[in-house]
Amino acid sequence: MAISEQVRAECRQLMDRYPQDRSALVPMLHLLQSEQGMVTAEGLELCAELLDLSTAEVRAVATFYTMYRLRSQGGEHHIGVCVNTACGLLGGDAIFDALSKRLSVSNGEVTADGRFTLERIECQAACTHSPVVTVDWEYFDQMDIDKMMDVIDKLEAGEEVVATRGPAVRGWRAAEKTIAGIDDGLGYKSDAIDSLMLAGLNQAKERGETAPDPKDF
Amino acid sequence: MALTPVITAHWDEPDCFTVDGYKKVGGYRAIKKALKMDPDDVINIIKDSGLRGRGGAGFPTGMKWSFVPQNDGHPHYLTVNGDESEPGACKDIPIMMANPQALIEGIIITCWAIRAEHAFVYIRGEVPEPIRRMHAAVADAEAHGFLGENILGSGMNLKLTVTSGAGAYICGEETALLDSLEGRRGQPRLKPPFPAVAGLYSAPTVINNVETITSVPYIIENGVSWYRSMGTDKSPGFKVWAVSGHVNRPGIYEAPLGITMGELLDYAGGIRDGHELKFWLPGGSSVPLLLQDHLDTPMTYEDIAAAGSMLGTGTPMLFDDTTSVVKAITRWLEFYKHESCGKCTPCREGTAWITGSLERFQEGVGRSEDIEGLVELSNHILGRSFCALGDAAATPYEPALKAFRSEFEAARHQPVDEAFPPAATMIIPPETANLAGAAT
Repeated sequence: MAISEQVRAECRQLMDRYPQDRSALVPMLHLLQSEQGMVTAEGLELCAELLDLSTAEVRAVATFYTMYRLRSQGGEHHIGVCVNTACGLLGGDAIFDALSKRLSVSNGEVTADGRFTLERIECQAACTHSPVVTVDWEYFDQMDIDKMMDVIDKLEAGEEVVATRGPAVRGWRAAEKTIAGIDDGLGYKSDAIDSLMLAGLNQAKERGETAPDPKDF
Repeated sequence: MALTPVITAHWDEPDCFTVDGYKKVGGYRAIKKALKMDPDDVINIIKDSGLRGRGGAGFPTGMKWSFVPQNDGHPHYLTVNGDESEPGACKDIPIMMANPQALIEGIIITCWAIRAEHAFVYIRGEVPEPIRRMHAAVADAEAHGFLGENILGSGMNLKLTVTSGAGAYICGEETALLDSLEGRRGQPRLKPPFPAVAGLYSAPTVINNVETITSVPYIIENGVSWYRSMGTDKSPGFKVWAVSGHVNRPGIYEAPLGITMGELLDYAGGIRDGHELKFWLPGGSSVPLLLQDHLDTPMTYEDIAAAGSMLGTGTPMLFDDTTSVVKAITRWLEFYKHESCGKCTPCREGTAWITGSLERFQEGVGRSEDIEGLVELSNHILGRSFCALGDAAATPYEPALKAFRSEFEAARHQPVDEAFPPAATMIIPPETANLAGAAT
């Protein structure tokens, strides 16, 4: 599949954001992965061409970062299960095993029908919300096996699935485009703040505690 | 000690993340003050405030800013580190989602102080929600004239670029972050030169954590004595604590430095019912574990260090009596092994050797020499690696062996999942026993 003129234009738009073009490489690889479902040889060559690098230099960067797929197409939805200590031991391990069994794939594999990629992922900076699962990298907080099976049921039925802190999932490739820094129009739309993020504020209000009043100084 | 919501004070307002919502609660007043001041005076205020970096090292922020050479003919850059990937750390992502405008106001003030005209927020790649929110917040601030040319008639120009990584913990290390931001493999650089002298594109660069920069507008607006009325002399101010693990009310709590873990635990509803605290880490997986005895230690950089650990990111993880310390540490080492960038031998090889040793304990086939071997191996890494990732991987064993040696001894013959059934450690245990037994 040829890379469209629009994507080339978006690559140049990313390059314009930095004093030096090469700084756009990491986001550009996300964008090309979004376009093609993986980082292809063609994608690497386009980066090299636009940034005046050798394809070997571009490949050296692409192979360093774990989010790029260089060998095979990713599934329609990416399911990431945090298995670091605070999530894994508190439930993530069991969630991963249940998903692995249900989807008949192991870590990093894509289901035969191409619907799901399943991955053991590292800490998602949401330990307060453990066990954390991501669908297309959106937060699904405080998950358990039942809730996760329900999510998979809905995704398989093509129903809407909304993140606990974030928008309705839109597929892995759409998420990769957001991560690349191309506006998806959702920045102010989702409900990103939940009760756990307000735990301290609510406690402070209940107990009548506040920061010192600046007027007193 | 009382909670002191400052950064988090308005997170229950539906529009707290927009320019309009932020202005309603006093936002964008501090830049009006700052842009009328001499940049050096802004640096001095931050120096006097005693604000210390919230990314883990606790380096004095104002001092870091003052290292940037002035009138040197080079462009200067500010890079905000939003790579938050340390296991246990989960405060910067919430800040970027709920209070991005305070971060942007802090960026403007910092750039005025260090004379930078281009700033970056580098966010880890795996988190589209804060990425899209930061992009929207920057566009909002641009539309209101807080970014761009001649900001508020001050003559200051500032471009702010939100950029993302692609899954590499090491890019939270400041020089690795710079390499990643330059479009390279994210591997740490040898220091010196320090980034303040030769950072992004070899130009003077300040790198600060999200929470650090978000604290700046509140200090400028409310003053040094207000700021220093919270916390202690050497560790002043408010702090966003993210409390996780086996507690009844995990979440974000904002309180001064110097609050104790015991007090924070009270706000967080205590350890889950029917269980007792076994061990806790004050600030991420890279700091030594502490015990019940340390619940009364003030959470300052100095006091936590004196207790044998480090404050780190100030995001305590607490584990109860169902948790295998061997398994917890093994999981962290598997992480460091996975995330080692491979540049230096002690870290690349050492993390693999230690992980192998720990995995033998986990499976119940630990060797007697493995116990002392952990300490010996870690001594081959500690202080010998390029960056702090290696040191972090070398950190856990001495305190763990001191408090829980018998668990390591037992794990020479018995798999940890037998001694500590995984289902008991889970918050919501699976109903079927076969799933519980299949962990790891």
